[in-house]
Amino acid sequence: MRRALAVAALLLAGCGSPAATGPTKITVFAAASLTEAFTTLGERFEAANPRIEVVFSFAGSSALARQINQGAPADVFASAAPANMEQVTGTGAVTAAPVTFARNTLQIAVPKGNPAGITGIGDFGRAGLKIALCAEQVPCGAAAAEVFEAAGVTAAPDTVEQDVKAVLAKVSLGEVDAALVYRTDVRSGKDVEGLDFAEAAQAVNDYPIAPLAKASDAATAQAFVDHVLSPEGREVLTAAGFAAP
Amino acid sequence: MRSRLPVVLVLPAVVGLAFLLVPLVGLLVEAPWGTLPAQLLSAEVGQALRLSLVCASLATLVCLVLGVPLAWLLARGDLPGRGVLRALVTVPLVLPPVVGGVALLLVLGRRGLAGQYLDQWFGISLPFTTTGVVLAEAFVAMPFLVISVEGALRAADPRYEEAAATLGASRWLTFRRVTLPGVMPGVVAGTVLCWARALGEFGATITFAGNFPGETTTMPLAVYLALETDPDAAIVLSIVLLLVSVGVLAGLRDRWIRA
Repeated sequence: MRRALAVAALLLAGCGSPAATGPTKITVFAAASLTEAFTTLGERFEAANPRIEVVFSFAGSSALARQINQGAPADVFASAAPANMEQVTGTGAVTAAPVTFARNTLQIAVPKGNPAGITGIGDFGRAGLKIALCAEQVPCGAAAAEVFEAAGVTAAPDTVEQDVKAVLAKVSLGEVDAALVYRTDVRSGKDVEGLDFAEAAQAVNDYPIAPLAKASDAATAQAFVDHVLSPEGREVLTAAGFAAP
Repeated sequence: MRSRLPVVLVLPAVVGLAFLLVPLVGLLVEAPWGTLPAQLLSAEVGQALRLSLVCASLATLVCLVLGVPLAWLLARGDLPGRGVLRALVTVPLVLPPVVGGVALLLVLGRRGLAGQYLDQWFGISLPFTTTGVVLAEAFVAMPFLVISVEGALRAADPRYEEAAATLGASRWLTFRRVTLPGVMPGVVAGTVLCWARALGEFGATITFAGNFPGETTTMPLAVYLALETDPDAAIVLSIVLLLVSVGVLAGLRDRWIRA
């Protein structure tokens, strides 16, 4: 009996309001491509505000938008595409107007050493090569489709993956000869090299960020957004390969 | 007179049934029934459904050919370290399927331990092919078959086999004419589980075999991608998969399991 009481007391303590003693926690939903940059930004934000704890949920932007609209407890949403941000603003889940904080472009990713000798976007139509792309339903796939149209290339993919990190994994493992991913993914990838191509400028991806109406602490949510938009935030994003808006 | 069913069993049983069925009810309630016929007749859904059924059935066949002898070896073979072996067979059950897919890539991929030789010597590349889908599904589904067949074998009375042996039957003949018929219900149950698991396989398939319509896009992959843009379509696809699998399983049950 005494043990049961002790357990109950512990549980109660665990459930109690953290405002009195513990740190304030904010939850940031961010696109998978922001994983590295936002992890760094979160650490710096916590260092500057010792009473705040930042928790991230990284996933595909459309999955995150869906979760927010279904009532997931998020304070800030950073999307890899304006379309996914609009899914959230459309339901009134956002307090301030979304601000574009970064831009990303596509790059050709090849396994280390470029074993297939890829030189440009035209190679994506070449027979006999293993090619991975994002599915057109996700932002990087939509961007790839625009790029191919601009270049007049009919791509012959062997696989269309569900997100950009899955594409990158196929390149890292050497299972494909070439893929189209974001420049930032190439930079974070292991055993991956990036090749620039002119048509990338045809499909520039804007990343919007906004605090959410459901935020438990609106001031802290806004403070994190300001931190991302600050010169220091800009520096971290640039280091990860993002262009300034 | 039959005694009353004990509440202590019936109550949790009903809760358990509700727990399993309520999510399905949610799916049915949310379904856009109006677009269901159109979706059913669309070429892409037909293609994905056909591919799913073919791959799951082929994977089940692979599991039967390899899994039944494996179950026999685990149940009857006098092996050192049989307990460890038995535990290892269940590894694909606890492994997250995506990890299973990565493991398959590391072994059978173009640069994999075995895959590089397949590629260099025979020009065979398994990732991104329908064969790859079958392999990924078989990898994930085989433990279901092995475990149920092995359980049936261990529960079977070995005296029938001994009697057959004293009458001069070889072990192979005994296996075919005595052992296998005796554990048939276990084999059928394992086959059904194995097929159902293979049909719903997602993680290992998309990781190892990728996703390309007509080649490797099975229904679960189509559902996942539809969810990105059109949740209604994803629900419809899920219901199609659900109806087909329940239909097949119910049909099998009537024909085989009662026997």
